[in-house]
Amino acid sequence: MADVKTTGAHVHGEAAHHASYLEENKGIMNWLVTYDHKRIGLMYLWSVLLMFLVGGLFALLVRLELLTPGEDLMNAETYNRVFTLHGAIMVFLFIIPAVPASLGNFVLPLMLGAKDVAFPKLNLASYYIYVVGAIMAILSIVLGGVDTGWTFYTPYSTSTAGAVTLMTLSVFVLGFSSIFTGLNFIATIHTLRAPGMSWYNLPLFVWGTYATSVIQVMATPVLGITTVLLVMERVFQVGIFDARLGGDPVLFQHFFWFYSHPAVYIMILPGMAIISELIPTFSKKTIFGYRGIAFSSIAIALVSFLVWAHHMFTSGQSPLTNAIFSFLTFLVAIPSGIKVFNWTATMYRGSISLKTPMLYAMSFLLLFTIGGLTGLFLGTLATDIHLHDTYFVVAHFHYVMMGGTVIAFIGGLFYWWPKMVGRMYSEKGGALSAILVFIGFNATFLPQFIMGSRGMPRRYFTYLDQFQPLHQFSTVGSEILGAGILVAILTLVASLRKKPDAIANPWGGSTLEWEAQSPPVTHNFVGTPVLEHAPYDYRHAKVEG
Amino acid sequence: MSQTLESAHGHHPAQQHHFATMEQQFSAAKLGMWLFLATEILLFGGLFVGYGIMHNRHPEAFVAGHHHLQRPMGAINTIVLLFSSFTMVVAVWASQTNRKKLLIWGLIATIACAGIFMVVKYFEYSHKIHDGLLPGKFYSYKGPQVEGEFMFFSFYFMMTGLHGFHVLIGMIVLAWILIRAMRNEFSDQYYAPVDLAGLYWHLVDLIWIYLFPLLYLVS
Repeated sequence: MADVKTTGAHVHGEAAHHASYLEENKGIMNWLVTYDHKRIGLMYLWSVLLMFLVGGLFALLVRLELLTPGEDLMNAETYNRVFTLHGAIMVFLFIIPAVPASLGNFVLPLMLGAKDVAFPKLNLASYYIYVVGAIMAILSIVLGGVDTGWTFYTPYSTSTAGAVTLMTLSVFVLGFSSIFTGLNFIATIHTLRAPGMSWYNLPLFVWGTYATSVIQVMATPVLGITTVLLVMERVFQVGIFDARLGGDPVLFQHFFWFYSHPAVYIMILPGMAIISELIPTFSKKTIFGYRGIAFSSIAIALVSFLVWAHHMFTSGQSPLTNAIFSFLTFLVAIPSGIKVFNWTATMYRGSISLKTPMLYAMSFLLLFTIGGLTGLFLGTLATDIHLHDTYFVVAHFHYVMMGGTVIAFIGGLFYWWPKMVGRMYSEKGGALSAILVFIGFNATFLPQFIMGSRGMPRRYFTYLDQFQPLHQFSTVGSEILGAGILVAILTLVASLRKKPDAIANPWGGSTLEWEAQSPPVTHNFVGTPVLEHAPYDYRHAKVEG
Repeated sequence: MSQTLESAHGHHPAQQHHFATMEQQFSAAKLGMWLFLATEILLFGGLFVGYGIMHNRHPEAFVAGHHHLQRPMGAINTIVLLFSSFTMVVAVWASQTNRKKLLIWGLIATIACAGIFMVVKYFEYSHKIHDGLLPGKFYSYKGPQVEGEFMFFSFYFMMTGLHGFHVLIGMIVLAWILIRAMRNEFSDQYYAPVDLAGLYWHLVDLIWIYLFPLLYLVS
């Protein structure tokens, strides 16, 4: 069988450089009306990164306020607004679109050997809907702010002042953007695979993205109608969530978590999908348990719809309901565990190179495992009664979302950056950022597990004196974490000042996107790519450079 | 711009560059449409669940509320929409078999049925508004009533309102398809837009089939 990688490098990389998607049709207007999935992916990337910085700034403000007990930087009302905006921006404007809409948009069609996604116009529409939703969210900050927390629980959210209606409508609008991306990816994966690419030849990133897209399509409409009902309740007092009018505020929690629990798998599955690419590439070893990883993504997507009421163990459900949802919650641990063991087994006796993406992948393995295991404490009824609404929950959530998804996202960004912009970044800068992020992250959130188990409640702007050392430790950690993220972004941005120097396949990756030129031509491949071996088959690989 | 070029290669002018064949393009579009319909069902699903739970809690209020609805009007609208589904099927079949005139008349009939539906709905709404049978805090009906009856009208207006909005969107989409049909864009080689608009229209009908008994035939 021909070795595609070396021939590919000769044809696309060195012998003949074709005008890339960045060089053709330059000019801002051409970008704004582009249907090219790579350009849309890049526009999404800059937008979500901007939102990440805004949300991160709010997080640092929260941590700064918590440096000492009592009112220092802001009063209780302002604090409520700041943590709400941190949560809402990070969840709806950053993590949910981060991996699928930016990296996924760029990489997915390339991995399939396709020229574009199935519906390029819908793809662009999804971006502009995202922009409109983002503007609405920012406007709601200016017009009075929101102090409900990102979960908008009734009856508080229907009675508090501020721009709750606008923020909720922004979530409704952003939902459409998310649905369109998911729908587009499902249709793309079904219909636009390269000749010879069967489902079991799909890269695992594609499997993970597929599972994510299924949740995006099936869960987001429920959030849509929930936000509509909330707005109706605020504006018309329709009664559904208001106990005084014969409604039920807990029903809102059911509606909300029916979307938002699957939504946390919208956030983590793409992270897992990235890790499934990084680990075999940098271990130079065929992935262990391909089908196990592929099907565990689907399993997580399915189980995600059956666990929502575990957010409401203390909301007065019947003990039987609690017991059933507790049991169902444990089921999630099985596919998650399958993935972690398969990744570890892939690394075992591999030829590991500690490039920046791999450093992030290894951080992910450790942090996600901690985040996942602490989730079991919260899924267990007896311990959850003690830990509910404490910093333990905050720490668990951040270990999965930040330690899991965000670290995988940054790792993926470092991995595909040469493909996206055609330039290599400084390995030293990348490694420094990975180390700072790892140290800063743990310093921020490990103390929060301890505080939570000792009873520190979440969402309070002050605390008892006994928590001060741990809070201060956490705040210092958050500064290190912020510095690490800054180093990562500066490292990437600095590379843009160099001349293009990335070869087609700098890491020796085995999936189709590495056969395209770096950066790819507008239609992705010169000629139609044909899959000649399964992904992660390193018997055929020759590392270049 | 590339259309003429592609036609020169023997491609259908409607084929987009990233699809290898028209069949591939059609199957992608059809899958996308089915997924979109699934999201629509889930969107309405939230309202159906809310309706079910609140009906269960306030059965008397819902029974009393539904007596204010005009059953004959709801029944007429049901028949009108069912008939429009038939004319839509005729239109799709006509587009697949190159019957241009039948396609145009099928689309006109479907749009007309949608229009009749909206007119009937308008009369129903104005009657409710006149009586003060409105959702939430705007409920001001003074006649004999059961406590919590406003909740029925909250759901009546939210559900029929969202559905009516979908009928309006359907009318716009079908009008656009009609213009394209008159421009002779469709043939047995390319009828995807007619087919997909038809799928959407059937879903709008289907939702009404559930709304009618839930709202008009409570007891």
